[in-house]
Amino acid sequence: MGRYLLRRLGLAIVTLWILSLIVFFAGQILPGNPARAILGNLAAPSAVRALNHQLGVDRPLVTQYLSWLGGLLHGNMGKSYTYQSAVEPFIRAALINSAKLAALALVVIVPLGILGGVIAALNYGRALDRLISLTGSSAATVPEFVSGIVVIVIFGVTLKVLPVTAAAGAGASFFTQLKYLILPAVPLVLVLFGYIARMARAGTIEALESDYARTATLKGLKRSVVIRRHILRNSLLPTITVIATQTGYLIGGLIVVETLFNYQGIGKLIFSAATAKDFPMLEAGVLTIGVVYMVATLAADLLTFSLNPRLRVGGME
Amino acid sequence: MTDAVATAPAEIVPVLPTRRELPIWRLLLRRPSFVIGAAILLFWIVCAIFGNAIAPHDPLAQDLLRLNKPPSAAHWFGTDPLGRDVLSRVIVGSRTILIVTPLATLLGTVLGTALGLAMGYFGGLLDALVSRLVEAVLALPAVIIIFMFVVALGSSVRTLIIVIGFIFTPLVARTVRSSVQVERQLDYLSSARLLGERPARIMFVEILPNVIPTVVVEFTVRLGYAIFAVATLAFLGFGVQLSTPSWGSDINASYGLLGAGYWWETLFPALAIASLVIAINLVADSTQQVVAG
Repeated sequence: MGRYLLRRLGLAIVTLWILSLIVFFAGQILPGNPARAILGNLAAPSAVRALNHQLGVDRPLVTQYLSWLGGLLHGNMGKSYTYQSAVEPFIRAALINSAKLAALALVVIVPLGILGGVIAALNYGRALDRLISLTGSSAATVPEFVSGIVVIVIFGVTLKVLPVTAAAGAGASFFTQLKYLILPAVPLVLVLFGYIARMARAGTIEALESDYARTATLKGLKRSVVIRRHILRNSLLPTITVIATQTGYLIGGLIVVETLFNYQGIGKLIFSAATAKDFPMLEAGVLTIGVVYMVATLAADLLTFSLNPRLRVGGME
Repeated sequence: MTDAVATAPAEIVPVLPTRRELPIWRLLLRRPSFVIGAAILLFWIVCAIFGNAIAPHDPLAQDLLRLNKPPSAAHWFGTDPLGRDVLSRVIVGSRTILIVTPLATLLGTVLGTALGLAMGYFGGLLDALVSRLVEAVLALPAVIIIFMFVVALGSSVRTLIIVIGFIFTPLVARTVRSSVQVERQLDYLSSARLLGERPARIMFVEILPNVIPTVVVEFTVRLGYAIFAVATLAFLGFGVQLSTPSWGSDINASYGLLGAGYWWETLFPALAIASLVIAINLVADSTQQVVAG
C-alpha cells in the first residue's frame, strides 16, 4: 500500500506541475502588457514601464515562471493587479463560499443519483431504464446557465417563492443562507445526476450478473436482501470514485452558476479576474481549482482502496 | 446406427444475417431517439442557413417604442431591451454556434486521432508524456481552460475553433489510443509488420479503418461538449462579437433583467440552446449504441 500511495502522490505532483505550466503560459500569451491594462490608454509610457518593472513582468518568461512557482511553493500565490494586495485572502474567502454551495449540491445529488442509477439497473432494458439514462445524459449536457435560467424563471420570477440571487447578506442565519442557495444548487444537481446515476447503474448491472448474486438468489434469500447485502455493497465502489472526481468538476462548474446568481465564490472570482485582466488572481484561482480536484481524486482512490479489500492483496500494479 | 450422425463433424453452421450487416444509417433510423435528435438538429441547421428568410422580423431592427414587450401575436417571443424581435433572433442565432462547434470538434478529432494512433502504436515516451498532459487538462473542467485562453487571446471565430480544437486533441487521443491498443493484439497487424509495411501505412491504412467507429462516437460526444463550451463562453460575455445574433450573447445581454420580470428575452434563447444540446446528445447516444452493437 505504501508503494502505491507514493506512486499515486508522485503522479499527482507531476500533473499539478504540468497544470501550473499550462496556467502560467495561458496567462502570458495575452497581447499588450499588464501595466497598460491597469493604467489605461492615457498613461505615460514611462509610467507604464515603471509599473511593468515593479510588477516584474519585464523579466524573461522563464525567470517569471520560476519566481511564480517558487512563490506558490511558499504559499505565496501572487499579488492581484486589481486590488494591489496578496490574492490568498480573496481565494480563501471565495473557496469557503463555493464549498457551501458545492456541499449543498452534493448532499442532494449523491442519494438521488445513486437511487436513480440503481432503479435504472433493476429495470435494465425497460422503458424506465431508458428514461432515467437519457434524462441523466441530457441533463448533464445542458449548460448550467440554461437550467439555471429555467429555474429562475419558474421559481424566482413566476412563483416568486425563492430569491433570484444567491447573496444572502452578511451574518445571515443558516436557514436564510440555505434558502438563497437552493436555486443555484439545482443546475449543479442536474449536471451531476447523469454521471453518478450512470456509474451506479453500470456497477449494479455488473453485480446483478455476478455469480455471487445468483448464488444468493438460489439459496433462497429475498430479493430485497440480495440487493441490499450483496449487490449494493459491490456496485457502489466505482460510484464513490466518480463522486469524488465530480467534486472537483463541481467547483469548476461554479464559474457559470456563481456568475448567474451573483454569488461570491471561486467561480465568480475567476470570472471577475478574467474580465478585469487580473492575471495573478486568475492564475491563482484556476490553480486552486486544479489542486482541489487533485485532492478529491486522491481521496477517492484512497477511499476505494480502503473499502475494497481485494485491492490490498497485490493487483494494484 | 445413429453413431454416424452423432459423430459427424458439425461443419455446416448456418450463418444468420446479423443486425450488424445492415448499413449503420439504417440501424440509426430505426431508433426513435436518433430520429428525434436528428430532426431537431436539422431544424436548427435550416435556421442557420435560411434564418433571415424564415424570421418574421428583421432580427437587427430596433423598435424603441416596444422595449421589453412580453410575448404577443405580433411578437410571439416578445421583444428585447432594444425592441428587437426575440423569435427572429432565436431563429438566426443558431448560425454562429453551428459554424464554430463542428469545425472546432473536427479539428480536435483529426489531430486527436492522429496523436492517438501514434500513442497506441509506438507507446513509450510519447505515450507517457501525452498521458500526463491529458491528466493535467482533465484536472480542470474544459470550459475553464478554454475560458483562460479565450480571455488571453480574445474571442474570434478562428481563436475559438483553434483553442477548443487543441483542448479536445489530447482527450480524443486518449480514447483512440485505447482502441488502438486493442487492435495491436490482433493478427493482421503482425502480418502487416512481417510484410514490411512502414509504421505510417500501418497506422493510417491498417488500423485507422478499424477504429473509425470509436472516432465517430468521440466526435458526436465532443460536439456536445463544444456546444456547451461555446454557449457558456458567450453567456460569460466572451462570445464571438459578430453582427449576427447568438443565443449565448443574447442571454448575456438580458439575464440581468430577469429580476425585473422580463423572462422571455432570456428564456427562449436558453431553451434553444437546451434543445440543441439535447438533440446532439440523442444523436451521440444512439450512434454509440449502434456502433457498439
